[in-house]
Amino acid sequence: MQTIDMATTDLRSLNAMLQGQPQDTNETAWEVLNPRGAHALAVGLDAPIAVTVRGSTGYYCAGMNKQASVTVTGSAGPGVAENMMSGTVVIDGDASQYAGATGHGGLLVVKGNASSRCGISMKGIDIVVHGNVGHMSAFMAQKGNLVVLGDAGDALGDSLYEARLFVRGSVKSLGADCVEKEMRPEHLTLLAELLDRAGADARPEEFRRYGSARQLYHFKVDNASAY
Amino acid sequence: MTDQPPRTQPRLSATFTNDVNSEIRRAAATGIYDIRGGGAKRRVPHFDDLLFLGASISRYPLEGYRERCDTAVTLGTRFAKKPIRLDIPITIAGMSFGALSGQAKEALGRGATMAGTSTTTGDGGMTEEERGHSKLLVYQYLPSRYGMNPDDLRRADAIEIVVGQGAKPGGGGMLLGQKITERVAGMRDLPVGIDQRSACRHPDWTGPDDLEIKILELREITGWEKPIYVKVGGARPYYDTALSVKAGADVIVLDGMQGGTAATQDVFIENVGLPTLACIRPAVQALQDLGMHRKVQLVVSGGIRSGADVAKALALGADAVSIGTAALVALGDNDPRWEAEYNALGSTAGAYDDWHEGRDPAGITTQDPALASRLDPVEAARRLRNYLAVMTLECQTIARACGKSHVHNLEPEDLCALTIEAAAMAGVPLAGTDWIPGRGGY
Repeated sequence: MQTIDMATTDLRSLNAMLQGQPQDTNETAWEVLNPRGAHALAVGLDAPIAVTVRGSTGYYCAGMNKQASVTVTGSAGPGVAENMMSGTVVIDGDASQYAGATGHGGLLVVKGNASSRCGISMKGIDIVVHGNVGHMSAFMAQKGNLVVLGDAGDALGDSLYEARLFVRGSVKSLGADCVEKEMRPEHLTLLAELLDRAGADARPEEFRRYGSARQLYHFKVDNASAY
Repeated sequence: MTDQPPRTQPRLSATFTNDVNSEIRRAAATGIYDIRGGGAKRRVPHFDDLLFLGASISRYPLEGYRERCDTAVTLGTRFAKKPIRLDIPITIAGMSFGALSGQAKEALGRGATMAGTSTTTGDGGMTEEERGHSKLLVYQYLPSRYGMNPDDLRRADAIEIVVGQGAKPGGGGMLLGQKITERVAGMRDLPVGIDQRSACRHPDWTGPDDLEIKILELREITGWEKPIYVKVGGARPYYDTALSVKAGADVIVLDGMQGGTAATQDVFIENVGLPTLACIRPAVQALQDLGMHRKVQLVVSGGIRSGADVAKALALGADAVSIGTAALVALGDNDPRWEAEYNALGSTAGAYDDWHEGRDPAGITTQDPALASRLDPVEAARRLRNYLAVMTLECQTIARACGKSHVHNLEPEDLCALTIEAAAMAGVPLAGTDWIPGRGGY
């Protein structure tokens, strides 16, 4: 285990060290101490390493992650795992706005709650939130899966494309063009696998599925009031 | 036979012109606003309204074919470890694969590289055509984040965070279904054939304080190597420039309302934003007030057509200019050779702007393989290279006439204005006077 203390190591040195790990590195386990809300921590990683951040982080922790597994033992600021490509990011606490924004792949797990716009413009990432998500979550979501064990706020899935949304609790309101859809066997299988990977204690049958009604895919003036 | 009294000629309204009435009829028939490509077509004060004074007894000129007049510009000197050096102060603006064909993107890359300058990706990610053929490629970081990934960020030569563009400050992108082919859809993670809306705001930051952190993240991902540009549409150029500097930009790209777009509402293009001429002095003033002029470089775009326009933008304080529409015309856009086909589409060469429909006879703003194949990327690139060379020669000609050994030595004192409006916007005297409207209490 390599330990880096941010009380004595600056952000650039930390990120350069983590980004510099080759594919076949033997140093696969890293621990970061005293993050103290630093922004852009552990961003741009691209190696199969495991990084545990002991504490809470600022904006964009694990941004654009590839391959790496990043765990934050505290809470994460806005844009955690934004544009993630692959790998796994786990937040033990809560996540602020735009968690997993525009993510292309990989798995983001938030064990607490996620704030507004969770999964905004997601492009293939899987996001599992053990608690609740705030308003406008999955706004313009294109691909991937958002699983919420708790409740969802206003305007869930507004203007979404092909992303799949699964919510166990209540949905305060659905956004434009987002509708409840039938939960078919393949969705239950997918959900079971996601819940398992995210270490979530829930049964797929407890969830409802939401997706795009695909009514806004082509611009029609008769839909103008939907926007 | 009775004599008829004389009649006045039929008189057309200056308010309800034929253009206006045709749009009312179109709106009444369809119930939807007009969408088109390009920039503002209305007449606005522009570089045509400025003149250079040239040398005289107090200023002596440089010899045209004997004395050097340098044109190189380096962008990104503030924080980037690897600033980019351009041989000429003219760059190619961001235009997407999707809006343009792969051949057109390749031609832009080849032409810019031959001319010693950079080209720019657009809303839709980086293609191999343009990366492979562009020695210097600026990678746009847009609200949609289509195709965004850390590998392309790292193989770019600079990163341009797009906040807005001159044709539609405050507006997002639009790419209609006809152009969302399988390849375009794949790059954007969208279903084939849908009408695609690009967001108008970034999904994970709002405001200058967030932007500062976003820039930090991009620098951390790319090892602080790449120059980071911030592109804004002409709206509040003084404050947008100052806030971009505060957020940590290396370069500011400022796009006036004549700057083009692939597709937006005509009402947006014609009625939102500032003319390019009105943007430059406030932006330069902001840089000067912060002690950052020439340290944070300013790239101006929107209606640049000739070496004279380049020289005028530089004289007002820009470090470089960027061209989009003019580059497309150089490639072959709106060429009269396709007049019959433009007519068949209800348009005419020079006016064709239905770029969003993907039926461009010149094969540039299309994803139709047959139409796209009409553009030979190698020949089109040569035309672009020639055009960039002519603009550079023209700019040097003017600079030497003003006694400048580098085009950056051009200054507002080399200019006068033909109209009061242009004098006020450019902050230079009305021709034949020492009057700058708005200065000194007048």
